[in-house]
Amino acid sequence: MEHLSNRSKVVSDKPMTFMERLYLPAIFAGMMTTLKHLFRRHNTIKYPEEQRVFAPVYRGMHVLKRDEKGRENCTACGLCAVACPAEAITMVAAERKPGEENLYREEKYAETYEINMLRCIFCGLCEEACPKEAIFLTDRIVPTEFERDDFIYGKDLLVESMDHRIDITKRQHTGKRSDK
Amino acid sequence: MFLEKLILVVIVFTISLVIAMYATYFERKVAAWLQDRVGPDRAGPFGLLQPLADGVKMFMKEDFIPKNSDKWLFIMGPGIAMFTALITSTIIPWGPNLNVFGRDVVLQVADFNIGILFILGVLSIGVYGIMIGGWASNNKYSLFGAIRASSQMISYELALGITVITIVMMTGSLSLREIVESQHGMNWNIFYQPVAFLVFFICSLAELNRAPFDLPECESELIGGYHTEYGSMKLGFFLFAEYISMFVSSAVITVLFLGGYNFPGMDHFSGNTLAILSLLAFFGKIFFFIFVIMWIRWTLPRFRFDQLMHLGWKTLIPVALINLLVTGLVIAFTSGWMTKEKQISSVDHQVEKTEIIVKR
Repeated sequence: MEHLSNRSKVVSDKPMTFMERLYLPAIFAGMMTTLKHLFRRHNTIKYPEEQRVFAPVYRGMHVLKRDEKGRENCTACGLCAVACPAEAITMVAAERKPGEENLYREEKYAETYEINMLRCIFCGLCEEACPKEAIFLTDRIVPTEFERDDFIYGKDLLVESMDHRIDITKRQHTGKRSDK
Repeated sequence: MFLEKLILVVIVFTISLVIAMYATYFERKVAAWLQDRVGPDRAGPFGLLQPLADGVKMFMKEDFIPKNSDKWLFIMGPGIAMFTALITSTIIPWGPNLNVFGRDVVLQVADFNIGILFILGVLSIGVYGIMIGGWASNNKYSLFGAIRASSQMISYELALGITVITIVMMTGSLSLREIVESQHGMNWNIFYQPVAFLVFFICSLAELNRAPFDLPECESELIGGYHTEYGSMKLGFFLFAEYISMFVSSAVITVLFLGGYNFPGMDHFSGNTLAILSLLAFFGKIFFFIFVIMWIRWTLPRFRFDQLMHLGWKTLIPVALINLLVTGLVIAFTSGWMTKEKQISSVDHQVEKTEIIVKR
């Protein structure tokens, strides 16, 4: 039979020699191995003080983007909710009233938009499904809570604020969409 | 005199407890270092307050006694374990005499002339803590753990005792102080009795219930063994007693084989300098052994029970016996028992002469 890897090893069950039966040489060898690790550097990242550098395509907490004029991109088409395999997204659509043009980019918008972060599996399919470049996954981590209800994120937590725009350019460039 | 001993007892007691406390911290640190981790570092600087946090946790937990357990025995178990662990430290000679305010203070709580027998005796009582704890829990796993502990301790006590006899034969005394004094400077017993040292060390690991002989308390098979039903500070006592025993048995190993408080070049010092340097040397050796015991724990996997019994009965006891026989023959030859030229009447004289010749 052809070997699939070069790691196969011929084994034998010949009786152990006296030195092997003493076990002591093997024990000392093992202890030397662990002693080597004693002087090796640990690779622990002490989380709250220092944070790991995330990959540019890391899929963390979602953001609902606004456009450059500060209008919400989302038009409540529901494609993200349909795409979501965990059924974590729910939304209620509403019609834009006259005078709200500076708030919403198109005539229809999401009145409520909720993601259940306990259901979400952070697969990123909502981001892929979105035709309006409204929802993106970011490198932010969903914080822990004590109550289940606190994990249902509404628009207050998801929509980016004008003061703190969330930078998603890295994701846009690494994504497959080439042009708007 | 009485006050002096009382103060010494309190100091030894405190030192044992503090060292055992920090042994728990150190154990976790060593485990972490050997596995390329950091270990506890959150409580205080470098996590040094971790033992305190653990202690507070243990005290705050509910002190639970199972309904079907034998209540008094259940409470007594940890107590006996703790008591026997602590009492052994009384006969350890910590150093040569220390001069405090013009008084010569003997750094040993009690210098029994049968010190080593006392240790073996207390060691045998130590089984009762585990045995009673496991029995009183009224739990099959606890009982299994307790039975394993007692059979293991009884098996390994034999080889342990035989190696101790070897040392006693060489020294000619059962007193720990005299055993230490006979290893002056670098004349450590380990150089004359390496086999006995190895057997003694393995047996004391087994007596301590430490890995690779931690069968009585293995989590995977016996869900904790004899302390399955224990919680709160009663569990803490069992675990703490193990660390105190670890400290004390490191001290005993040092006394018997590594020359106790002797260190090379000790003749250049005298008085209190010598006493303090000796103390430091002694504690250095103890800490080294505590580290080695931890190092072994985080290197070797656990024995299977039949392997444990095979090792104890079929390997260690014969090896110890042969070693005893060879030692006896060497002593007999060197002291001239085999030749007819000289018969020394006084036993003490014989032993003294033996010591001198063997040590050379």
